[in-house]
Amino acid sequence: MEVTVKIFRYNPEKDQRGNYVTYKVEAHENDRVLDVLEYIKGKEDGTLSFRRSCAHGICGSDAMRINGRNMLACKVLIRDVGTNITVEPLLGLKISKDLIVDMEPFFDNYKKVLPYFINDSPLPEDGRERLQSPEERARFDETTKCILCAACTTSCPSYWANGEYYGPAAIVTAHRFIFDSRDEAAGERLQILAETDGVARCHTAYNCTEACPREIKITRAIGEVKMAMTTGKLD
Amino acid sequence: MANVHQFDVVVVGAGGAGLMAGLYASRTAKTAVISKLYPTRSHTGAAQGGISAALGNYEEDKPEWHMYDTVKGSDYLGDQDAIEFMCNEAIDAVLELEHMGLPFDRTPEGKISQRPFGGHTNNETGKPVRRAAHAADRTGHMILQTLYQQCLKNKVNFFDEYQVLDFIMVNGRAAGVVAVELATGELHTIHAKAVVFATGGHGRIFEVTSNAYAYTGDGAAILLRRGIPLEDMEFFQFHPTGIYKLGILITEGVRGEGGVLLNGNGERFMPKYAPTVKDLASRDVVSRAIYTEIKEGRGINGSNYVYLDIRPESVNKYAAVDGRTNPDGSPYTITADTVLKKIPDIVDFCRVYLGVDPVTQVMPIQPTAHYTMGGIPTNKYGEVVIDDRNTIFPGLYAAGECACVSVHGANRLGTNSLLDIVVFGKHAGLKAAEYAQSADFETLPGEVEADARSAFEALRNGSKKENAFDLSNELKKVMFDDVGIYRSEKGMAEALDKVRELKERFKDVGVTDTGKIFNTELLNAWELGNLLDIAETVAMSALNRKESRGGHSREDYPERDDGSWLKHTLIAQKDGKLEISYKPVVITKHQPKARVY
Repeated sequence: MEVTVKIFRYNPEKDQRGNYVTYKVEAHENDRVLDVLEYIKGKEDGTLSFRRSCAHGICGSDAMRINGRNMLACKVLIRDVGTNITVEPLLGLKISKDLIVDMEPFFDNYKKVLPYFINDSPLPEDGRERLQSPEERARFDETTKCILCAACTTSCPSYWANGEYYGPAAIVTAHRFIFDSRDEAAGERLQILAETDGVARCHTAYNCTEACPREIKITRAIGEVKMAMTTGKLD
Repeated sequence: MANVHQFDVVVVGAGGAGLMAGLYASRTAKTAVISKLYPTRSHTGAAQGGISAALGNYEEDKPEWHMYDTVKGSDYLGDQDAIEFMCNEAIDAVLELEHMGLPFDRTPEGKISQRPFGGHTNNETGKPVRRAAHAADRTGHMILQTLYQQCLKNKVNFFDEYQVLDFIMVNGRAAGVVAVELATGELHTIHAKAVVFATGGHGRIFEVTSNAYAYTGDGAAILLRRGIPLEDMEFFQFHPTGIYKLGILITEGVRGEGGVLLNGNGERFMPKYAPTVKDLASRDVVSRAIYTEIKEGRGINGSNYVYLDIRPESVNKYAAVDGRTNPDGSPYTITADTVLKKIPDIVDFCRVYLGVDPVTQVMPIQPTAHYTMGGIPTNKYGEVVIDDRNTIFPGLYAAGECACVSVHGANRLGTNSLLDIVVFGKHAGLKAAEYAQSADFETLPGEVEADARSAFEALRNGSKKENAFDLSNELKKVMFDDVGIYRSEKGMAEALDKVRELKERFKDVGVTDTGKIFNTELLNAWELGNLLDIAETVAMSALNRKESRGGHSREDYPERDDGSWLKHTLIAQKDGKLEISYKPVVITKHQPKARVY
């Protein structure tokens, strides 16, 4: 079938501003949008630039706006989006070139929430694993799925309004540690997230939850963090 | 040379091996980790099923059994000193990951949960043993995240989105690397005392593959061009269960949880090929079984795929036939909920890419190019060794899939890849830092970036008579068809000719993007150059080895031939031509014998 793909193009070395270019290509309904972009780059216009790596929704490189919604180009098929497709870069981050945005502010926010396991207590004497029940493990299972693709954060109206907001992805990462029974820095993280640019900026628009290609219930996770902040309890 | 940075150690690549090397080296040496991707995009994140260690959290297990299974899995080509070292380190390596916070699944007592995997056995009974420590079906994702997080905690210096282009050697020692910063197109020289390559595999030489676009063999290709030999390049693993046509991996863990393979007649065929462990035989064995079924007309509707079945009613039926039991002796059964909990990502992949729900439907699968067994020759400390006497190249290290220690020999056992990156990444980092303590910086020659610059210039100024995208597709097709699961003299000779033709035509590739900022067209073309160089070593090494062993299956030489071929292949570039030599296999405890599953 013929697919019409309208792509946002911007080359900072040439263009004052971005514009849209339309390509018509043959594709199969089971092709990924990424396959179509690869084909356009390979055969129609080599200058088209985008990030990609694993091509099956696990590395988080190719988040972009497809028909107005944040998705991974490798995890959406032509049969899901139809034959008229508009592809644009993520909102809220500076466009570097075409579909590539500057990810540095995103990772800077990630780094603010102490995104690593903290437990300074002595290890078990036998040198074996710290024990954790299946129920304790299940408590934070969902937020371990995050691949840092930025689809959530760049769909968030509060983040668009204020880039200082840590954003949903950073809070998801914090959640993964706050609710891990083995971690000892929940208090510190909750303090960080209680700051002006923390969870208070979440207005439960649900955009993040809808955008997440890993189907993490992000709004709920943020809600749980807010609740822990209020009650001082982690259950 | 405007951009020169000086570090004691530079690690190239930020997957599991690179991060582990960076983490350990940075404890005592000024260390940089450069990667063409953001670290969390690395392909370690795609690993699913588990990491092996004889923790014995469900039933008795021993490092010695793990060692024997790995030796047998390798079809006796793995070096047994290195395998023993890895299997002995495995328990502490997995516990260390847990101590770093990795969220492993848990047993009812709260210990790390483990699942069965292909070729993991109790050596006394021959029965499957639960050795693969797992975090659902995203174990690699959790390892990658955890190690990156620990690197941030320990303030490791990252150069994100820097593509390595060249290895600098001075006076026969490592002196650093040349890289290009993708965001600006600027060349950078990282001047270092020690260099660790952890650049991953090269599965992108094949048409149907589970590997990321990034898997273009950059590190191995760069070192090959600098005269370092590559080892056992003919050995490439085809994973039995890739999603039909797309090649996306479906973890062996699906069969570990009780899934079975079915042919076009609806028959479970693995018992014919591996009577004891059946669907959990080694990957090369299962991939060949699938191809034999297809070749003999028993694919689905006579086509080139079969089904993988994890529907609870099927699993429970075959588990009863096999007499599989739970640890408490009760019959093994699963429910729809088991499927959703144990392999959630597989369920997601099948729904998205196939429109199939594995809880109620069978999954169409075919073998997919998966893992590079060969690579940059190293010893068990990650030191690169450049000849048959294992002479060390001072200051140069390699770890992970780009390296050939060799612990995987002719066929890697499932879950040993994640173990490999953690164990040998760590030791390469430690050794590199130790070396840097006592070594001095070599003085850089004036024109250190010249070769990288001229490689780019050639691609910018090419005649444009050839198109990189087309050449890439031609390469992948011929390699998959003729240097794939089954190989023969005629097919491989034609493939080698074709690769050489493509290398010639590559000289007429010209990129249209004249810019510097994120010039991904230029980078993709440069990567294609690596794929072509690597593919030539794979085809030539494969054509040369006149026997069948592990992942190298020849129709014209169907038997393993220990008399002539129990040896590693080394392939090196000399005076612009590839030359083959050999290196002995280290055999300590296990003499080669017939390999039956």
